Amino acid sequence: MTSLQYIEQVAKDRVAATKKAKDGDKYQEFPEFGPGDTVNVAVRVIEGEKERIQNYKGIVLGIQGGGISKTFNVRKISNGIGVERIFPFHSPMIQSIEVLSKGRVRRAKLYYLRGMSDKKTRQKLANRK
Amino acid sequence: MKAAILGKKKGMTSYFTADGTHVPCTVVEAGPCYVSQVKTNETDGYNAVQITFDEKSDKNVNKPLKGHFAKAGVKPAYVLKEFRDLQNDLKVGESLTVEQFEVGDFIKVKGTSKGKGFQGVMKRYNFKGVGMATHGQKNRQRHPGSIGQSSDPSRVMKGLRMAGRMGGDTVTIANMEVVDVFPDKNIILIKGSVPGTRNSYLEIYK
Repeated sequence: MTSLQYIEQVAKDRVAATKKAKDGDKYQEFPEFGPGDTVNVAVRVIEGEKERIQNYKGIVLGIQGGGISKTFNVRKISNGIGVERIFPFHSPMIQSIEVLSKGRVRRAKLYYLRGMSDKKTRQKLANRK
Repeated sequence: MKAAILGKKKGMTSYFTADGTHVPCTVVEAGPCYVSQVKTNETDGYNAVQITFDEKSDKNVNKPLKGHFAKAGVKPAYVLKEFRDLQNDLKVGESLTVEQFEVGDFIKVKGTSKGKGFQGVMKRYNFKGVGMATHGQKNRQRHPGSIGQSSDPSRVMKGLRMAGRMGGDTVTIANMEVVDVFPDKNIILIKGSVPGTRNSYLEIYK
């Protein structure tokens, strides 16, 4: 194990430990997901002293990077306006990720969904034969 | 100088703090360094400590150096560096480890920057280039422009910035923060980037 890999492992373990300390029994590892899946990301929001959970639901457009710097991009339509949020996969601010539905896609990056209507997006991600 | 060590840049990664802040940092394998010579004002005219880093096998050492290492009683090493006026009273053969540094310390890091080869003035000195891309302009987008005046002084001023070799310089960066220290693995984590390529040698001191 090189020193770089060792440090990444330490950083990952440290994040997992802080999350375990905060969530206790509720702590769980993230499920596997990929581009095209609809996910619900539970994000911690710190307001002054208090901390609460905010849910962010959308379609995964792609996964970038690897190791500790891995990120994923989630797109949703909020009040008619497209919003894309990039989450660091190993951030302690993400409490949990829930996969709501799997999408059938043939590309690693779904940037072509950006111009599409809701209906078209649904049709694109549907599990056809 | 309160503390000094030699290290090897290993690459960059990220660290997360508890509140979710993403900290970019450089992994440096530093030490253990051994004192191979102590220079004093009386004998050498200045105070300094010479330390070794990065062990190498006996067969790769030439005879004069072999004698030097044997005299100090330390293992042969690739790097020998002197640090002037180190505050702690070090003796020959003593070791210096990353434990000299603590989390939150502000340190200086010295290394050789990556060589960029022969570069134009835009990359080397951040010149803006000449004029526009259209309106009859031709071939001059990345040029330096005028380099002098007229028949007076009839020459180009000394030290005028022009194209040339870039990089490969000794660069010192001050006020770099220590993010974490791993004494058992001889690793020190520094916030931000440091000069040089991977596996290049660095001087770290405060």
